[in-house]
Amino acid sequence: MAQAAEARTGNGAGRPAGEVVLDVRDISLSFGGVRAIDGVSFDIREGEVRAIIGPNGAGKSSLLNVINGFYHPQEGTITYRGVPRSRMRPHQAAASGIARTFQNIALFKGMTVLDNLMTGRNLKMHRNFLWQALYLGPAKREEMEHRDAVERVIDFLEIQAIRKTPVNRLPYGLQKRVELGRALAAEPDLLLLDEPMAGMNTEEKEDMCRFVLDTNDQLGTTIVLIEHDMGVVMDISDRVVVLDYGRKIADGTPDEVRADQRVIDAYLGVAHDDGD
Amino acid sequence: MIYREAGQFKTSYGADQAMLPIAQDRWVIAAVVAVMLILVPFLASEYMLQAILIPFLILSLAAIGLNLLTGYAGQLSLGTAAFMAVGGYMAYKFTTAFPGLNLLVVFLLSGVCAAGVGLVFGIPSLRIKGFYLAVATLAAQFFLNWTFNKVPWFYNYNPSGTITVPPREMLGVMVGGPEATAETRYFIALLVVVVLTVAAKNLVRGRIGRSWMAIRDMDIAAEIIGFRPYQTKLLAFAISSFYCGVAGAMYLCLYLGSAESEAYSIELSFEVLFMVIIGGLGSLLGSFLGAAFIVLLPIFLTNAPQLVGLTLPIDLQKHIELMVFGGLIVYFLIVEPRGLARLWQIAKEKLRRWPFPY
Repeated sequence: MAQAAEARTGNGAGRPAGEVVLDVRDISLSFGGVRAIDGVSFDIREGEVRAIIGPNGAGKSSLLNVINGFYHPQEGTITYRGVPRSRMRPHQAAASGIARTFQNIALFKGMTVLDNLMTGRNLKMHRNFLWQALYLGPAKREEMEHRDAVERVIDFLEIQAIRKTPVNRLPYGLQKRVELGRALAAEPDLLLLDEPMAGMNTEEKEDMCRFVLDTNDQLGTTIVLIEHDMGVVMDISDRVVVLDYGRKIADGTPDEVRADQRVIDAYLGVAHDDGD
Repeated sequence: MIYREAGQFKTSYGADQAMLPIAQDRWVIAAVVAVMLILVPFLASEYMLQAILIPFLILSLAAIGLNLLTGYAGQLSLGTAAFMAVGGYMAYKFTTAFPGLNLLVVFLLSGVCAAGVGLVFGIPSLRIKGFYLAVATLAAQFFLNWTFNKVPWFYNYNPSGTITVPPREMLGVMVGGPEATAETRYFIALLVVVVLTVAAKNLVRGRIGRSWMAIRDMDIAAEIIGFRPYQTKLLAFAISSFYCGVAGAMYLCLYLGSAESEAYSIELSFEVLFMVIIGGLGSLLGSFLGAAFIVLLPIFLTNAPQLVGLTLPIDLQKHIELMVFGGLIVYFLIVEPRGLARLWQIAKEKLRRWPFPY
């Protein structure tokens, strides 16, 4: 609780973090004999950029999968907006305002960028199939409203030129951006990003950082970020959780985490110091 | 050059989302429909309508039905003919039980019945995928064929076991039974096919179509975005079966006239599946191209030797036809595995630039 008024350190916005959106308490998740997550607790506050870091296999992606209801932890509780959550299907998590991107791009390959983004609006569209088949009045109006919302996302991410391109023809960096767009089209409260900058060159990473920070600043979206690029993590996140072998080994501001001896030993490495 | 859309500015999202956003496409489709509606009935002979155009239209509709399920929603099905049989038998039951019922209403109700049956046989898709699902739908094919053969209620306890369309009128014109002319039946088939094709296009370009394609392309991501895989797949089965059911009802009422359950055998299922694969999965245009390929090519091949003045023994000619037909299927699948619709797409992209290299 001492960190309640922790200010943003990275980009100097100096905005105090809000109240707790999501509270994870003593979560444990096993696959057979493998303990992927072992008694992890942390919280996510309104409007912050929360990074989860750790070596490969530390349980970061599993943690995201737990948050959006894809895995169900054997132990522990998750409280979302003050309500303890029981077993939840992924589409219920989506309906409650949680969106995510994937470590390996999970776009719908056969569809255009526009259609991919439109799928993000799916939960806000309600006309049934008979209206759709007629494509008159309400169904058409609904489609246009959501097209309008999607076009705003397209402008935001600067992907106007490729809106009619099938995503499987796009280069990797743009696919990552489109995937972010699909998540943003849902207008989430909580956005989970699983390695949004993996495999990108410096310019692409800079662009992506800008989009993540803009999302956080302009749209007020709370962001949970898994990332391996330490420079990026230390620059853009407000608070960092460090996992190792499924356990939490550190939690705090980037500066605190960077100074933590256990983190240095476990993750940033003793042999080389690319962390700073 | 021909397909250049330069100068066609869209000023609203509505215009951009239109069914055919490019003017040339609109002209082509309008021309095709106009020819089918006005010229064909005058020029075509009775044989041409009965043996070529009516089955082409009806099988196109069945191919659209299967394409919605397999091409758009990614659920492989070998039970198409079974759902067509439901349509056919229910059309027979409806029209004999309520002789005053308009034939179009009969088609609609038969389609709804087929949709219900399709829904039930779609339930395994919630658990199994791909080839295993195909085998499960095969069960639908055998079970329904057996049912229509063994339960006399379906053929009104008729000792011969065949179902025959009784004479039916619509607006004072004979549309069912032996006295209905091929032209009338052709017009009705054309009307139903055009209306249902427009409806299918509306479905696949909207939310429903996107949900199907999302499930097809990556079901886990689709679920995390908020699509419900169960509802989405079941809706695909229901709507696909509706289309197959209407096609089956028309197959009986407008094409065959009378049929046994053998008319809706597994060969028909495979035929429709080939249409969809050769025409192009996930393309409505492909359904028509595939149906044209499967229906027209054998007829063309049969008549080709005479056209060049060659007289062959009838059995040799039949064998040659089968060999050439098989060869062409293999050839087209090697040239473009994504079907004739994809070839058309590539041609269109080339036409946009022609005669310039880029």
